[in-house]
Amino acid sequence: MAKVIEGLYYAESHEYVRVEGEFGYIGITDYAQDQLGNVVYVDMPEVDDEITAGEEFGAVESVKAASDLFSPVSGTVVEVNEALEDEPELINKDAFANWIIKVELSDKSELDNLMDAKAYEAICK
Amino acid sequence: MNRTYYGKLIFELSKPGRVGYSLPKCEFEGYSLNDDKAFAKRESNTLLPECDELTVVRHYTNMSNNNFGVDTGFYPLGSCTMKYNPKLNEELCQLPGFNIHPMTPAKYAQGSLKLYDEVQKTLAEIAGLSRFTLNPYAGAHGELTGLMVIRSYHISRGDTARTKIIVPDSAHGTNPASAAVCGLQIVEVKSLADGTVDVEALKPLLGPDIAGMMMTNPNTLGLFETKIPEIARLVHECGGLMYYDGANLNPMLGVCRPGDMGFDVMHINLHKTFSTPHGGGGPGSGPVGVRKGLEQFLPNPMVRQIDNYKLACEDSSLGYISYFLGNFGIIIRAYAYLLSLGKENIPMAGKLSVLNANYIKESLRSHYKLPIDTVCKHEFVFDGLREEYGGDHHDAEHVTTLDVAKRLLDYGFHAPTIYFPLLFHEALMIEPTETESKETLDDFIAVMKKIAEEAKADPQMVKSAPHSTPVRRMDDVKAVKEPKFTFKAL
Amino acid sequence: MYKYFPHTADDVQQMLDVIGVRSLDDLYAEIPEEIKLHRELDLPSAKSEEEVRDIIQGLAAQNKPLVCFAGAGSYDHYTPSVVPFIASRSEFSTSYTPYQAEISQGTLQYIFEYQTLMADLTGMDISNASMYDGTTATAEAMMMCVAAAKKRNCVLVSATIQPAVLAVCKTYAKFHGIDLVEVPEKDGLTDKDAARQLIEADDVAGLIVGQPNRYGLIEDFTGLADLCHEHKALLAINTMASALAVLKTPGEWGADIACGDAQSLGIPMGFGGPYIGYLCTKEALVRKMPGRLVGATTDADGRRTFVLTMQAREQHIRREKATSNICTAQGFMCLYVACYLSLMGPKGVREVNEQSYASAHYLHDELLKTGKFEKVFDAPFLNEFTLRVNGDSRKLREALAEEGYLLGVPTLFKENCLTIASTERRTKQEIDNMIERIKTIVL
Repeated sequence: MAKVIEGLYYAESHEYVRVEGEFGYIGITDYAQDQLGNVVYVDMPEVDDEITAGEEFGAVESVKAASDLFSPVSGTVVEVNEALEDEPELINKDAFANWIIKVELSDKSELDNLMDAKAYEAICK
Repeated sequence: MNRTYYGKLIFELSKPGRVGYSLPKCEFEGYSLNDDKAFAKRESNTLLPECDELTVVRHYTNMSNNNFGVDTGFYPLGSCTMKYNPKLNEELCQLPGFNIHPMTPAKYAQGSLKLYDEVQKTLAEIAGLSRFTLNPYAGAHGELTGLMVIRSYHISRGDTARTKIIVPDSAHGTNPASAAVCGLQIVEVKSLADGTVDVEALKPLLGPDIAGMMMTNPNTLGLFETKIPEIARLVHECGGLMYYDGANLNPMLGVCRPGDMGFDVMHINLHKTFSTPHGGGGPGSGPVGVRKGLEQFLPNPMVRQIDNYKLACEDSSLGYISYFLGNFGIIIRAYAYLLSLGKENIPMAGKLSVLNANYIKESLRSHYKLPIDTVCKHEFVFDGLREEYGGDHHDAEHVTTLDVAKRLLDYGFHAPTIYFPLLFHEALMIEPTETESKETLDDFIAVMKKIAEEAKADPQMVKSAPHSTPVRRMDDVKAVKEPKFTFKAL
Repeated sequence: MYKYFPHTADDVQQMLDVIGVRSLDDLYAEIPEEIKLHRELDLPSAKSEEEVRDIIQGLAAQNKPLVCFAGAGSYDHYTPSVVPFIASRSEFSTSYTPYQAEISQGTLQYIFEYQTLMADLTGMDISNASMYDGTTATAEAMMMCVAAAKKRNCVLVSATIQPAVLAVCKTYAKFHGIDLVEVPEKDGLTDKDAARQLIEADDVAGLIVGQPNRYGLIEDFTGLADLCHEHKALLAINTMASALAVLKTPGEWGADIACGDAQSLGIPMGFGGPYIGYLCTKEALVRKMPGRLVGATTDADGRRTFVLTMQAREQHIRREKATSNICTAQGFMCLYVACYLSLMGPKGVREVNEQSYASAHYLHDELLKTGKFEKVFDAPFLNEFTLRVNGDSRKLREALAEEGYLLGVPTLFKENCLTIASTERRTKQEIDNMIERIKTIVL
């Protein structure tokens, strides 16, 4: 059973946002990493890139699959998780600890469109 | 196939000072490339190997012994039509008369141009269409060219709003990829449980923005889309054109032609249906055919017969998609095949391929899960082992389709296509082709049953297969994570 | 029955019984009658092996091979006899894409060798497992520039690149929605000042240039890579593969992509195909690269082995988001190239160029000496050059063809000009004989 954490915001496309003040940490859920299998590469945007809710900002690749990353929120990328460049398998180890990008949120009201842990857990069944 | 792994690279056999060629002494004195200082030269040394002739011959001969081809054994790779590649074709494509420069004036290339025209006419009759170009190099290249024809047709009518193409969700990935290269947006239409197009789901997708629809028929499950007349009518009524992906043409030969099904544009894979060798992945050939009224959009150059054969370039054409007239050597092979079979045997190829596929299907359904129980065409799909043999258990202990495929290698068979189509989790797609005998099929059936029994009795043994191939299962993750694409990187 | 179908009448009956249908036609019962073909195909009857051979030999005999002084993307180089001999091994030719790596090490190894050889010749980090030909390889390079740039849609291409390459790029650009802009030529070479102006607009994803160019001229790309990189554009250089052994390489020029046709590495002219396109790039761009890639790894016993890798870029996984729609390319022709280069070695590929250079320059000077030609350009050349005929070039070319010589190809947009090539296969005797004929032709 895939892990789901309370207090995060979840998107139907299996990304999560952990909000800290004006910033959001975006990654893929434990369910998503489990479906993908061994992650071998994470295609990440660059710092200062603008991202838009619902639009693609990168991709996660396993040996025999690839999954686009859709941003749950809009904002500006302030940091990318550089550790994933050398060790993309960190996502398999702990998807929630190993976020992919940190974003300065431009519209916090977008969070209202996302699911809470309970609702997300239901769609993973 | 030699079960001992060879594994050396030519670079490891190199010894400075050896050569494997001989050129005549240069006759032109006073001209020296080395002394010409007017342009910049290569500064770095090359890593090219230095080998004598026998070393090179042995190297590639040993390497070939670690390879499995149709000539080695049964190759039931679904959707690839791995039929026998006749040797006469290989002989004829190498006739010295065909080895001419592409810009040879037409007057001196009449034989090649006539051959091109004969092949295109033959394909047009087989397809029920008006004219073919043989310029596309492969199936995917044919798809792209065919979609360019469709777009050119709409643009020629000033209808620039048609920017979307409908592709069934069960289609091979190449279909949407070709559409994307052609600048079309993909609209997916859902399949019914049996893998055929859901006509009711199709209807609301049709409109003035639809350029056309791509289909294979029989589809990726080997099932004939019986609603094709209605689908074609609906797409035509909305102003779109119908594209036929010829990947699965083999079973339809002489029985039911794409043109008669209602398709307007199609490609044929000469390396599938018309027996040209697959060459480890190319060169293939992907001729594109069109219905009457669309000929002018085909790519340049075109071959025309006006008394003699000529090359023509039309302004109405979609443009050039290749250096010249495609993989001409492949076209010669296909012509030899078409002439050999003739009108009597071309339809037999299709019918016997269907006979072979259904025979395997009926013989193995006791051991493998058959998700769709109906007469198939040239191929069909199992969804892994039946439950009593360990299928349906999605855990690490039970045998999967991958394991069955790998175990087949131990028994001297190539594996079927696996994990495609995506409609089933454990897809095992089998296409025997017509050139395989009942004895070969019986051997394969016996081995497949034996593997099912092994899966039950000793799953770990199957999961660690293959055991007797030159090499064993590879570390795919390492290949991506520590990428090494050249000898230098090793 | 038939030689390619092993089924006896008994076999067919037994198999039909197992399936539970009465006839072969019953296997098609679900197909609506109104779309079935209720007649024989309108094609000739089956022919015997001898008959087929007679027909096709007859067609080959209707061609008239000419002594070849033409290039324009197809060159008449020597192919060592070992190359077609090895290529005739059906363990290679009758296999398919090496999905089952355990029984495909032969194919995977020669592709790995090919990748190594092409990366080495071009001076780049990596090569893919081939493209269809040099024209489509360059079109793919163009699309790769746009994909790598993400938000830029304009690609520049030099007007001096081979005409066939330019034509195919234009087609792909038109449908893919790329704004392909031609950099004009100046004295037969890429106008670098014009290129600079276009790139400085900062909306260009890439620049594509050709070497040698459509007139056979060797271009000087000094400064182009820096210019491109300063403005976040990629530089792609299309080179005739054989010339990579002696000309400053795309890698040495600082290119991001090297592409072109490798027909010149031992592949017969064959009326235009099959040839093989190559596409090489820097390691950092690997995920933007189209086509298959073979990589080294280890098997369960720890042995060095080879597999198809980085497949998440490809159409069968990424569908419409793939880097290209290409599936298989010209796999088998990688074997031609690998085998050719293994035999020729570093010395052989140099020698081929030296001899081609010498014969082309001799031919160039002898043609000028006839007084029937004049120079058009001053830039240096390798094995191909352009001259203007003092008179009707078409008439001259036709008259020579009657005598058995193919003198060049008409130069596009240059009246009465011919672009002429020579290789190590052309003897002094052939050239001298042709020159004698030319002297007698009245223009």
